[in-house]
Amino acid sequence: MPMKADDITALIKEGIEDAEVEIIDLAGDGDHYKAVVTSPVFEGMNRVKQHQLVYASLKGRMGGELHALALETRTP
Amino acid sequence: MTDAATLDAIKKAVTENDVVVFMKGTPTFPQCGFSSVVAQVLNHIGVEYAAVNVLDDMDVREGIKEYSDWPTIPQLYVKGEFIGGCDIIKEMFEAGELQQLFKDQGLVEA
Repeated sequence: MPMKADDITALIKEGIEDAEVEIIDLAGDGDHYKAVVTSPVFEGMNRVKQHQLVYASLKGRMGGELHALALETRTP
Repeated sequence: MTDAATLDAIKKAVTENDVVVFMKGTPTFPQCGFSSVVAQVLNHIGVEYAAVNVLDDMDVREGIKEYSDWPTIPQLYVKGEFIGGCDIIKEMFEAGELQQLFKDQGLVEA
């Protein structure tokens, strides 16, 4: 079962402090999303650590239910 | 849980090759769009690299995710360090950072 964009946003916001989340439905099929996540906690982390933090907030769904979530992380 | 022999084999692959990509398929016949992008970027830069086809070995396919603490394939390692997956590689390439990294490591001509 693909995940809803709102559920992805909710999980990320719950896991990462002060996160702004924008979800783009890349293929219009509700299954291939891109998430742009902006949070001050990313400050000073390299990209790998930033993405790992987002993956952690998704609690193991990445690579499973969510097989195609492109990710971009930013600091405000 | 990944067995010690698989983790050892992964460790060997990332330490014995300056540049190694874990991907689905091969650079000539990638079996996934994300793996294909990373192979194309590396080909374009012209750096020599080793490729491990995770579809050949289910243990490696799951083991590399645990080894890197990273849930998806492809994964790029340079000199034993995990650099990132498809999104990060694309972003670094577009910013010129990946090319710079290879130059700094003496893997392509400066």
